[in-house]
Amino acid sequence: MLSIKNLQAAIGDKQILKGINLEIKPGEVHAIMGPNGSGKSTLASVLAGREDYEVLGGEVIFNGKNLLELAPEERAGEGLFLAFQYPVEISGVSNTNFLKAAVNAIRKYRGEEPLDAVHFLRLIKEKMKLVNMDQALLNRSLNEGFSGGEKKRNEIFQMAVLEPRLAILDETDSGLDIDALRIVANGVNTLRRADNAILVITHYQRLLDYIVPDYVHVLYQGRIVRSGNKELALELEEKGYDWIKAEVEAENA
Amino acid sequence: MEKTDLKSLASAYLQAHLPQSAIQKQAVEIFHTLDIPTTKHEEWKYLNLKNLTNRAYLFANGNVAEVAIEKARSFVNVYDEQNANVLVFVNGVYVPALSHIVSPESELKVGNLRQARSQYAREFEKHFGQYADAHQHIFAALNTATDAEGAFIYVPNNQVVAAPVILHYIVATDAQNLLVQTRNLFVVGTSAQVTVVEHYNSAESAAHSLTNMVTEILVGANARLDHYKIQNEANHSSHIGFTQTWQLQDSYYANTTVSLSGEIVRNNLHIGIDGENCTAYMNGLYVLDNRTVVDNHTVVDHRKPHSHSNELYKGLLAGNAHAIFNGKIFVRQDAQQTNAFQSNKNMLLSPHAKVDTKPQLEIWADDVKCSHGCTVGALDEEPLFYLRARGIAEESARALLMFAFAQDVLERIQLASVREYVERLIAQRLKMEI
Ligand SMILES: Nc1ncnc2c1ncn2[C@@H]1O[C@H](COP(=O)(O)OP(=O)(O)O)[C@@H](O)[C@H]1O
Ligand SMILES: [Mg+2]
Repeated sequence: MLSIKNLQAAIGDKQILKGINLEIKPGEVHAIMGPNGSGKSTLASVLAGREDYEVLGGEVIFNGKNLLELAPEERAGEGLFLAFQYPVEISGVSNTNFLKAAVNAIRKYRGEEPLDAVHFLRLIKEKMKLVNMDQALLNRSLNEGFSGGEKKRNEIFQMAVLEPRLAILDETDSGLDIDALRIVANGVNTLRRADNAILVITHYQRLLDYIVPDYVHVLYQGRIVRSGNKELALELEEKGYDWIKAEVEAENA
Repeated sequence: MEKTDLKSLASAYLQAHLPQSAIQKQAVEIFHTLDIPTTKHEEWKYLNLKNLTNRAYLFANGNVAEVAIEKARSFVNVYDEQNANVLVFVNGVYVPALSHIVSPESELKVGNLRQARSQYAREFEKHFGQYADAHQHIFAALNTATDAEGAFIYVPNNQVVAAPVILHYIVATDAQNLLVQTRNLFVVGTSAQVTVVEHYNSAESAAHSLTNMVTEILVGANARLDHYKIQNEANHSSHIGFTQTWQLQDSYYANTTVSLSGEIVRNNLHIGIDGENCTAYMNGLYVLDNRTVVDNHTVVDHRKPHSHSNELYKGLLAGNAHAIFNGKIFVRQDAQQTNAFQSNKNMLLSPHAKVDTKPQLEIWADDVKCSHGCTVGALDEEPLFYLRARGIAEESARALLMFAFAQDVLERIQLASVREYVERLIAQRLKMEI
C-alpha cells in the first residue's frame, strides 16, 4: 500500500529526513516512536504534501502512484489521511460545511456523485457516535475554541467520515486524558479493516495498549534506527530513549 | 469652448433650475464656494476623482424612459423579501409601477421625498436639511441644491414597522453619461423601529453614470434603525454617497455597508451620537476585483456620555482593486465613559490590489475605552493546507477561506433575505457553491 524508499527532506537548508525506508501493507498497523525533534511530524507532513518541505531524494509509492507528484488534495482523494498533531482553527468555516466540502471533493476525485444533504447527515450521525462527538461542536467554526482533546477527537471523527485507506495519526494521544484516549482508540479500532492501514506516531507506549501495532519503528535524527514488534514499544517505555541514542551514536562513531 | 467638467455642468444646471427653498438657496451659495476635491485635500487624499469629474454628464431630470424601467425590473425581481415595502427609483426618478407599500400609514409614512414635501409638509420641514452638513462637501451641497427624489421614511413614535423598507436605486442609461441625484430622509420616532435596505444597481452599458446620494437620518430616543446599503453597480458606474445619522438618547443604529463593484465608490458615513446610552454599529464589507475603487470614510462623533460604537470593516481585494478606509472617532469632553471599538481588516488576493487604511482618533474625554486596529494580509498557508489535506481542491479551499474571512461581517446582517442575497453574490464572485 505504502512504500517509502530512502526518503530525504529538508526545511530551508536544514535536512531533517535522512533516508527513510518503510513498507506498509493493507491491514497493518505501524507505530513510529522517537524523541521530540527526530522528524516524525516532518515525515507525516511530507507524506501529506505540505509545501514547506523540500524533498531531496527518494520515492514514495502509494497504491501504485508516485505520491510525491500529487497535490495534497489528490493524496486525500487517493485515500491518505493525516490526523494533525496541531489541528488548525479556522474561524468562519463551520465544521459541518467543511466536512461536506471534504466528503464531496473526495467523491468527485473518485468519480462519484456528491452526497445530498440527507445522506450526508445520515453519515455524520453514524460517525458521531463512534467518537462521542458533540453536535454543538459540529455547528461551530472548525476547531475554533475547541479544547486540545476536542480537536483530537475531531480529527478522528473526520477520519471516520472520510474512511481513508491509510491514516497517519500524528501524536493524536498527546493531551488526551485516559477516557478520551479510550474513545479515540476505540474509534480507530472500529475503522480497522483488512484493506486499510494505520500509521501511529507517538512517543508514549500508552496509546499502543489500545491500538495494538503489528510493527514498531524508532525514528531518531531523521532515520529509522530500530524496527520490531510491539515488544519494542514496551522496551522503550521501560528504558526511555537514551539507550537507543547511545547505541546509535556508538554505531556512528 | 464649452466646459464639460462637473463643476461647470452643475453650475449651468443650477442656473437653469432655480432653487425654491431657503435651504436650497443656501446650498447653491455653498456649492459655488467649494471646488471638486483633488488628492491634495486631506479627506480625498487617496481617491482621485479626475476621470469621474472631467466627464460630460447629462443631468437626470425627472423623466425616465420605458426601456430603462424594463431594465430595472430584473434588479427588483431578484430580491426575495415576501412582506416588504418596496420603493424603486430608476435614473433618480420614483417609479410607482415597480413600487408597493404594505405597511399601514399609521405605522409608516413612506414615499417619494419630492411628494413628501407637500404630502407630509410638517415632518418634512422639521427634518429636511437639518442633519447633513453641506459646508464641507461640495457633492452634498449640489445634492441639496437640486430638488432630488429619493425615499422619505417617517416612523411615528412607538411604531414598530414589521415589514422592512427596501429601496432600489437603479441606473440604466444607453448612450449618454448620466448624473443622478438621490436624496433620502429617514426619521424614526421615539421608541419606534424599522429596517431599511438601500440597493444600488446599474445595468451594463457603454455609458458612465455617477450617483450623488445624500441620506439624512434621525434616530429618535429609544428608537432602533437597522440600515443596510448594498452596492453592486456595473463597472462603469460610480457613487458618491453621504449618510448623516443623528442619534438621540437610548437609541440603536446599525449600518451595514456592502460594496461589491462599481468604478469609483465613495461612502461617507457620519454618525452623531447626541444622547446618552446609545449604540452604533458600523459594519462594512467590500469584496472587489477589476479596477474598482471603494473609499469608506466613517465618522462617529461621541457628543454625550455612556454610549458604545462598534465598527468592523473588512475587505477582500483581487485584481487591481483599491480600497480606502478612513475611520474617525471623536470623543468630546462631555462624552465620558464612551466605549468605542474600531477594526479594519483587509486581505490582498493579488499583487496589484491595494489598500490605504487610516484610523483617526480624537479623544478629549479622559474616562473612555477606545481601541482600534487595522491589518492588511494575505491568505494564511496553514488553514489552506489543512483544507487541501482533507481533499478540498486549492481553488475551493481559497474560496472557502475568503468566504470565512467575510463571515463575521455577514453574521452581523440581521435581515435574513439581505444576508442570503449578499452571501449569494459573494459566493458567485468566489465561484463557490453554498
Ligand atoms: N518549520 C520549521 N522550520 C525549521 N525547522 C523545523 C520546522 N519544523 C520542524 N523543524 C525542525 O525539524 C526537526 C524535526 O521536527 P519534527 O518533525 O516536528 O519532529 P517530531 O515530530 O519528531 O518531534 C526539529 O529539529 C525541528 O526543530
Ligand atoms: Mg511531532
